[in-house]
Amino acid sequence: MTVRALLVRGLLVGLVAGFATFLVAHQVGEPHVETAIALEEAGTHAPADDHTHDEATAGHSHDDGGAVVSRHDQRTWGLLTGSLAVGLALGGLVALVSAAAVGRLGRMTPGQSTATVALIGFVSYALVPFLKYPANPPAVGDGSTIGARTGDYFAFVLVSVVAAVLGTLLARRLWPQVGTYAAVLAGVGAYVVVVAVAGQVLPTVNEVGDFPADVLWYFRRASLITIATLWAAIGIGLTGLVGALHRRDTATTERRTLAASL
Amino acid sequence: MSQVSATPATTVEIPSIPLAEIAPWALFVGLLAVLALFFVSAEQGAFSLLSGTAVHEWVHDGRHLLGFPCH
Repeated sequence: MTVRALLVRGLLVGLVAGFATFLVAHQVGEPHVETAIALEEAGTHAPADDHTHDEATAGHSHDDGGAVVSRHDQRTWGLLTGSLAVGLALGGLVALVSAAAVGRLGRMTPGQSTATVALIGFVSYALVPFLKYPANPPAVGDGSTIGARTGDYFAFVLVSVVAAVLGTLLARRLWPQVGTYAAVLAGVGAYVVVVAVAGQVLPTVNEVGDFPADVLWYFRRASLITIATLWAAIGIGLTGLVGALHRRDTATTERRTLAASL
Repeated sequence: MSQVSATPATTVEIPSIPLAEIAPWALFVGLLAVLALFFVSAEQGAFSLLSGTAVHEWVHDGRHLLGFPCH
């Protein structure tokens, strides 16, 4: 099992996962993006601040007339580009972390450790940050605070991922002495304490204004389904491929051992 | 040798990959991945390496649906 073999599989799985993510985002998410943009353009709700999308700060307009990129391109090729890029990036990263985890997480087989890495990745990089800073539809969010909000979001992601890595290392260190149950409990507990404190310290963002609660919920649910699709596809795909790679390696080793013993 | 592999109780040795072997890949792929994530998540929103709004608009829907702060 080499880094290269794992990375190639991670990028391949990431590409497929990115495409699956695009399909889900397009089918599940886009209707609510369109609703939000329609609300924004109809001016039926007052934003938390009087930003318009024609401003130069985060300036873009959602109408086809003056836009650089048409709505049609945004929800098809643009969405596909974003999904594939994030899929490839996360697929590669998960593969490399999995390469480091193989043979280092207790008695787990390579397939099991890869699944564990993907699960921890989903929870720490996507799910927990979503609970603190959930996705917002167009028309929600003040353009003048985008810098601070982006900074807070990535700070929380960083804290969460680093805490997850340290929690895993803690569990790994304790495991020989205290056993699996107590070690996993200690690792997860340490992670929860760190992200709970960080979640309290970092500022709350509420720029929803009087945006309709139902559309907000539908959009956020669709966003979470989209993100979950990406991670599930990467986790399931890479676990399968790494498992197959390990079985092939084992079979080769057994054949060599048998040949040497003859 | 055949006796060892025949014993069911032996712990299966999973060979780990030396970290020194992973490091150069991690550096290279890590940089590319962060760059890709940056352009999808933050370029022409919170940061502006390139002028204009074309990148922002092109990845606009992905940025929203993948949960990044957009505007």
